[in-house]
Amino acid sequence: MDTQWPLWEVFIRSKQGLDHKHVGSLHAADAQMAMENARDVYTRRREGVSIWVVESKHIHASNPDEQESFFDPADDKAYRHPTFYQVPDSLTHI
Amino acid sequence: MFEANHYPEEVNVALSDFLLRMADTSLVLGHRLSEWCGHGPILEQDIAMSNLALDLIGQARNWYQLAATQLGQGQSEDDLAYLRDAGQYRNLLLVELPNGDFGQTVLRQFFFDAYHFHYLQALTESGDENVANIAVKSLKEATYHLKWSSEWVIRLGDGTEESHRRMENALRELWEFTGELTTPNASDQLLTIMGLTPDLNLIRPLWEQEVQVVLAESTLEIPNRSWMQKGGKNGVHTEHLGFLLAEMQFLQRAYPNCEW
Amino acid sequence: MVAHPDLQTQFDLRVAEDQRIEPKDWMPEPYRRTLVRQISQHAHSEIVGMLPEGNWITRAPSLRRKAVLLAKVQDEAGHGLYLYSAAETLGTSREQMIDDLHSGKAKYSSIFNYPTLSWADMGAIGWLVDGAAIMNQVPLCRTSYGPYARAMVRICKEESFHQRQGYEIMMTLAKGSEAQRAMAQDALNRWWWPVLMMFGPKDDESPNTALSMQWKIKRFTNDELRQKFVDATVPQAEYLNLSIPDPDLKWNEARGHYDFGPINWDEFWEVVKGNGPCNRQRLEARRKAHEEGEWVREAAIAYAIKRKMKSEK
Repeated sequence: MDTQWPLWEVFIRSKQGLDHKHVGSLHAADAQMAMENARDVYTRRREGVSIWVVESKHIHASNPDEQESFFDPADDKAYRHPTFYQVPDSLTHI
Repeated sequence: MFEANHYPEEVNVALSDFLLRMADTSLVLGHRLSEWCGHGPILEQDIAMSNLALDLIGQARNWYQLAATQLGQGQSEDDLAYLRDAGQYRNLLLVELPNGDFGQTVLRQFFFDAYHFHYLQALTESGDENVANIAVKSLKEATYHLKWSSEWVIRLGDGTEESHRRMENALRELWEFTGELTTPNASDQLLTIMGLTPDLNLIRPLWEQEVQVVLAESTLEIPNRSWMQKGGKNGVHTEHLGFLLAEMQFLQRAYPNCEW
Repeated sequence: MVAHPDLQTQFDLRVAEDQRIEPKDWMPEPYRRTLVRQISQHAHSEIVGMLPEGNWITRAPSLRRKAVLLAKVQDEAGHGLYLYSAAETLGTSREQMIDDLHSGKAKYSSIFNYPTLSWADMGAIGWLVDGAAIMNQVPLCRTSYGPYARAMVRICKEESFHQRQGYEIMMTLAKGSEAQRAMAQDALNRWWWPVLMMFGPKDDESPNTALSMQWKIKRFTNDELRQKFVDATVPQAEYLNLSIPDPDLKWNEARGHYDFGPINWDEFWEVVKGNGPCNRQRLEARRKAHEEGEWVREAAIAYAIKRKMKSEK
């Protein structure tokens, strides 16, 4: 029998109002244990107020080989950013 | 850190006795758990057990500091922990028992947590605000401990044939040391009358309920032996405590009156 | 193995530009192998390193020291865990790495094969061993492999109290009774040379250094780090009024560094080969913990499967 526990990814909200952020991974036999292990391993110094755990095999990642076709097309769309547009300096609240 | 509260002599003696029991019990169990550090069944649980141990050592320090305050003889937390011999230790017998295998450690923890959680919860209502304050702080930790140990008892009881067999064995080893958890001694009786500590007779059914539920889910049977060991609260211990203290107190004893 | 020229060029360019390599990116096989070797070796060092200090948790001389030491050794377990996790992103399982440790195939830092004989060793380890480790680790926060660098950032952050608690122990002993002073000096005498060996063989005898530097896995050579450590530590020893056991140690004005005596490399290689004072017992303790934990890990899996089946019914 394979006794290695599955791998889980851990995400922690460091304080109220912030996003959960990936902090690392760990092994656990089930979700409940993964949650507790995450608490014991990754919040020993009060690093969090909320934890997400997800079994690593359930994460789908984008493929680095497709990086150019995925992300580069956004490069030349400067008009999506406010700095693209010129308004007179004397105006405020715009 | 604490302001001493003034009680009649007899009550203060009982209160100090109780405070030392709380301190010694937390320290001895924390010490036992710390023996696992570096030797746990898997890294994640090694870390979890150190967390339990650190919580308990922290609680012990609070109780010792309060005990020293009430005793009023200028002792430090370390004087109380390191310079009393086994006969003066007041911890519950259960917590001084050797770790055994992981199953035995987990079951010992569960029996203790089931008592500790309910006892602390009631202690938050203590008429002594210092006691109540320590209880409030400790209760948060004990709540998590109980969750951790209950889940492990269930997992191992209802895991594999081997783990089930090992848990049955642990039950046989530990059961007779559980009676003392909720049996009051003379100090308890006096303090309960004074409204300083809860009546342990009322904690017992809560403990039993907790144990029944978890053991049932673990597919483990409660032993039908009723004879219980006792003595820890009054300073009569198993042989194990002497060895534990010999190790723990060695430096303080070998090099007296030093700062560390 | 012939790498795809574009991929290889892209990889080289990224490393040269100080960009991070991430788990799913293409990387040359030797880079992957070197990383797995170095990260797992680092993880093993954390885990085996728990043992010599773990020895003294049950004998710590005050409640404060007991809590601090336990928290510190627990941190090492955490650091081992972060590092195993980083290595796992390269496709090697933790179980595999642990097997390699137990079979003797994988190495760990040889410093942990020395015994901890007195309480002062807790001071010396924190001050010197962790001090040396920090020298090694801080540059690794900028190492080229992303998950390794991120693990190191977390580790360095947590580790900052380790060296301080060690130095605090040494200060207390150095100010203490005659017996305590002697204890502190004895610990320094025993740990000094093994700590200098921690930085690894001299640069001209370190076969992996050149490539690791080129790949930016390593950012300084062994000798550079060793010198930095000596320069930083001498004034700390002077403050304690303890003497470093090296008659050749002296300030070299021209170099702007301390000169120090020759290191006993025979001893170093013997300890690496398994002939240190505690090699066998350290590995034995790790194997025992793992074997005795087998039934626990198995039961937890069995229970998880049972419960899952129940909930799916």
